[in-house]
Amino acid sequence: MATNHIVDARAIHKHFGTLHVLKGVDLKVDERELVFIIGPSGSGKSTLLRCLNRLEEPSSGSIVVDGIDMLNPKTDINHARRRIGMVFQSFNLYPHMTALGNVTLALRKVAGKGRAEAEALGRAALERVGLAERADHTPGQLSGGQQQRVAIARSIALEPRVMLFDEPTSALDPELVGSVLEVMRGLRESGMTMIVVSHEMGFARNAADRVVFMDDGLIVEQGPPAAIFETPSHERTRAFIGQIQRH
Amino acid sequence: MSGWDKFVETFFNAKVMWKYLPDILSGMVVTIELALLIVVTGLGAGLALALLRSLAIRPLNWLIIFVVDLFRSLPPLVIIVLMYFGLPYAGPAPSGFVSTWLSLAFVLMAFSEEIFWAGITSIPKGQWEASRSTGLSFGQTLFNVVLPQAFRLTIPPLTNRTISITKGTALGTVVAVTEILGQASSAMSNSYNPSPLMMGAAAYVVLFLPVVVAARWIESKFAWKR
Ligand SMILES: Nc1ncnc2c1ncn2[C@@H]1O[C@H](COP(=O)(O)OP(=O)(O)OP(=O)(O)O)[C@@H](O)[C@H]1O
Ligand SMILES: [Mg+2]
Repeated sequence: MATNHIVDARAIHKHFGTLHVLKGVDLKVDERELVFIIGPSGSGKSTLLRCLNRLEEPSSGSIVVDGIDMLNPKTDINHARRRIGMVFQSFNLYPHMTALGNVTLALRKVAGKGRAEAEALGRAALERVGLAERADHTPGQLSGGQQQRVAIARSIALEPRVMLFDEPTSALDPELVGSVLEVMRGLRESGMTMIVVSHEMGFARNAADRVVFMDDGLIVEQGPPAAIFETPSHERTRAFIGQIQRH
Repeated sequence: MSGWDKFVETFFNAKVMWKYLPDILSGMVVTIELALLIVVTGLGAGLALALLRSLAIRPLNWLIIFVVDLFRSLPPLVIIVLMYFGLPYAGPAPSGFVSTWLSLAFVLMAFSEEIFWAGITSIPKGQWEASRSTGLSFGQTLFNVVLPQAFRLTIPPLTNRTISITKGTALGTVVAVTEILGQASSAMSNSYNPSPLMMGAAAYVVLFLPVVVAARWIESKFAWKR
């Protein structure tokens, strides 16, 4: 399936029982692009992200990531997921392992690296998120912001082609948000393709290439941040933007 | 003779104790053998069932739940008696030792399956998702991420169950197993003196106290700062 886009999702539908959560979403993302997804609670943003790496099974549609047909039953999904990093709102670090252990687990078990090589790569990844000296701390000994940066390191250590972020800063105290956004900005500058669900409008404004507004399981409109934020063409977008800017 | 001396003479009679010490010791050996067999096979089978159950194969899970509930509700003595006196009618005739071992192993399997399962399901979904999203398989996630966390939660209830079920080896007396209690009570009726029972009690303490202490140690080793 030839495609010029690193992520090419077409006509994605997702039902949870009788609930129709995604109603035919198309999302194409270019290499090195940072796409920001916004929308009201329950509009299907998380579900869409989770369909992209098949944590959620779409009911229908097609998804190609980096040339891999994600929905083909013959695709080795574990192999494909190495190329798609995911960062969660609640960090989801492994509490029984150190920061380095968290970062090296998949390197050893999935990428097949030996212990020494995995540790070298793991330390380099922690270095990139500014936590080299915290390698031997367990998640319980780290602040929320540090935990989320370890979670980012856990993903980037595998050298993914795309990174998915689902509200990476929503669970953080306001004073810790900056450090995580800083790491994300660095990633972007290094050319990482990123799809970010977040309410950090300031970050969207100066880092996103494109803002996608979702409502009720559909993409309502999308465009450059300035266009979406200043001159949205749909009433629903206008209402949503107005709402969050009042906060 | 004072009351105290009479008490010691009756319950801690040195002559009787010395005479029956070898019997109690051989009872201890039998109890240890039984206990080890029960713990290893019971916990092993319980864990295996919990892992099978995590595969979420409906009919298989119904079967597992049925077996587990059955063995949790039957009194262990009934299972031992059925196996020893009843099974021969169907063919195999297990010895008293084997009947006691298998019966208590089934009971421990049933209780430990529930405990392991509760541990596995208590691990947040996000742990599975983080691991799977980095490409680990179901099995790799289970063994590297979920079970190590689940084990930590299961150690206290598992130790309690394991100790109380292995103490059930005393039920083996009923089917002529010469474990501690069996030796102690026959020594008691031969000597018309309860001292052997006191030795038996001491033997249980000697056997199980280290287990309790070891469990505490494992517990603290598995703890990590949250
Ligand atoms: N596993 C599930 N089972 C049933 N319904 C679900 C499940 N996951 C999500 N939903 C429902 O699907 C809808 C979309 O959920 P989703 O989490 O994708 O929304 P969202 O846009 O990310 O919202 P939020 O901003 O609150 O995170 C919601 O109505 C939610 O209740
Ligand atoms: Mg969400």
